[in-house]
Amino acid sequence: MNKLRELMNSLINLLVGDIKADNVVPPSGYTAILTSFTAAAMAFLAVFAMALSLATGRLADRWSDELSRTTTVRISAPEGQMQAQLDAVRNVLDTTTGIASFRIMTDEEQRKLLEPWFGPDLPLENLPIPRLVEVVEDPNGPDMDGLRFRLSAEAPGAILDDHTRWRRPLVDAAKRLRLLGTISIILIAGSTAAMITLAALSALAANGQVISVLRLVGASDTYIARAFVRRFTLRALIGAAIGTAIAMVAIFFLPSAAAEGAFLTGLGFTGWHWLLPLLVPILAALVAFWATRTAAFRALDRIS
Amino acid sequence: MLQLKDTGFSYGGRDILKDVNLDIAPGSFYFLTGPSGTGKTTLLRLCYQALMPTRGIVRILDRDVRGLEREDIAQIRRRIGVVHQDCKFVDHLTMADNIRMPLQVSGRSGELDNNSFDDLIAWVGLSAHMNAYPPELSSGERQRAALARAVVMSPDLILADEPTGNLDWIMAQKILTLLIELNKMGKTVILATHDLQLIRAAKSQITTRVLRIVDKNVQLAGADL
Repeated sequence: MNKLRELMNSLINLLVGDIKADNVVPPSGYTAILTSFTAAAMAFLAVFAMALSLATGRLADRWSDELSRTTTVRISAPEGQMQAQLDAVRNVLDTTTGIASFRIMTDEEQRKLLEPWFGPDLPLENLPIPRLVEVVEDPNGPDMDGLRFRLSAEAPGAILDDHTRWRRPLVDAAKRLRLLGTISIILIAGSTAAMITLAALSALAANGQVISVLRLVGASDTYIARAFVRRFTLRALIGAAIGTAIAMVAIFFLPSAAAEGAFLTGLGFTGWHWLLPLLVPILAALVAFWATRTAAFRALDRIS
Repeated sequence: MLQLKDTGFSYGGRDILKDVNLDIAPGSFYFLTGPSGTGKTTLLRLCYQALMPTRGIVRILDRDVRGLEREDIAQIRRRIGVVHQDCKFVDHLTMADNIRMPLQVSGRSGELDNNSFDDLIAWVGLSAHMNAYPPELSSGERQRAALARAVVMSPDLILADEPTGNLDWIMAQKILTLLIELNKMGKTVILATHDLQLIRAAKSQITTRVLRIVDKNVQLAGADL
């Protein structure tokens, strides 16, 4: 609790600031630009990693939620027996618990499904195309093994496909991609911390005389550290804000997600998710604050 | 004010100071003398906690330095003015900002009004140099600026380590005069020097005591100085 209070006080002091105290550390020009540039680049990458993570998350949720509640019955039968098989399937589905609704797909719908491969003028009536029945499960779902058994008994040409075979690896892949996106954000935060630590240590080493003068006149370590912490935190905040803004604009102008769009067209933010990138500069500033403070106190320990 | 009891300091297994006993009363003026390399600077550094004793006790302003946190040391240093031979400044700040720095770091910037500050600067004869940067000043001017910085907080104790070492005799006398004036205001002064002429000049003006470092120990010097 005391640590938390101390951290909050440090943050408040940091925000309030003291221009005279800041001036004690000499301006470092080129290093400052490099620090801000690196923070901007890291923020840019973090926003993209966040977009990737959220997009794959949405994809995984859609595949696991929506598709897990749909099943397809595929009926292959000689021409004269198709209607009888369809009736049998309809009868089985009507009397099976766990099924919310089902629908026999029309020729037009099936033609549309095949259109990307065979073109728009497919003579469906002349081809032995199986008939498809789209089944929507209720929240409890049917007993799949029992349903499969009944279908094979009453409509031998019907095959139940619950999509598990291809859905599971896709969901797993999407989840793994989301995990990688999250790990990327953590790595970016870690890299930012490491980069700012190195820059702060370099600044502390380069200002040995300033530190010895400050100590001689009675400056506490907190005072000395604050001059460095404030400077690096502000640099990281400004750099990250610029990087975040550029990344958000870039993502905004990505091609919009269409219903038939592939994964990449869905790489972006939707709704309140657009607010999430705004956390990146704040997180970058917090990381910079923590990294510089830790580095400064460790360095001051060594100098003493 | 300052007490050392059986105090020793060693570095790399070698004793620099050994069994030093000293009791400095408030308002006194002490010279600390001895050849170069005998431990004058080490003794002064022990007095303002730039070094910690490896043996014995150091009590400064009624505080035993053993176990002091660094924040406590910072607090104590605000009551001690230190002047070195190679006085260091923050080179990118003006002399005015450098001299005000002790007030700044202790959060007491508002306690010294401009008139009092101007008086201080006039006292050390640097009124024309307040907007100059440290590298632009001569050695004598830097020493006087260091003295102004050392006393801006009105410290109880002033430690001066060879403050006249790089200066000509006229400038050295000016620095000595400033230190004597501070002592007359009630400040305790310890001045490390190997300049016997300076010691004799001070003795003709005020009551001083001379400490001499001999065989890693501090002795009160006799009338031979």
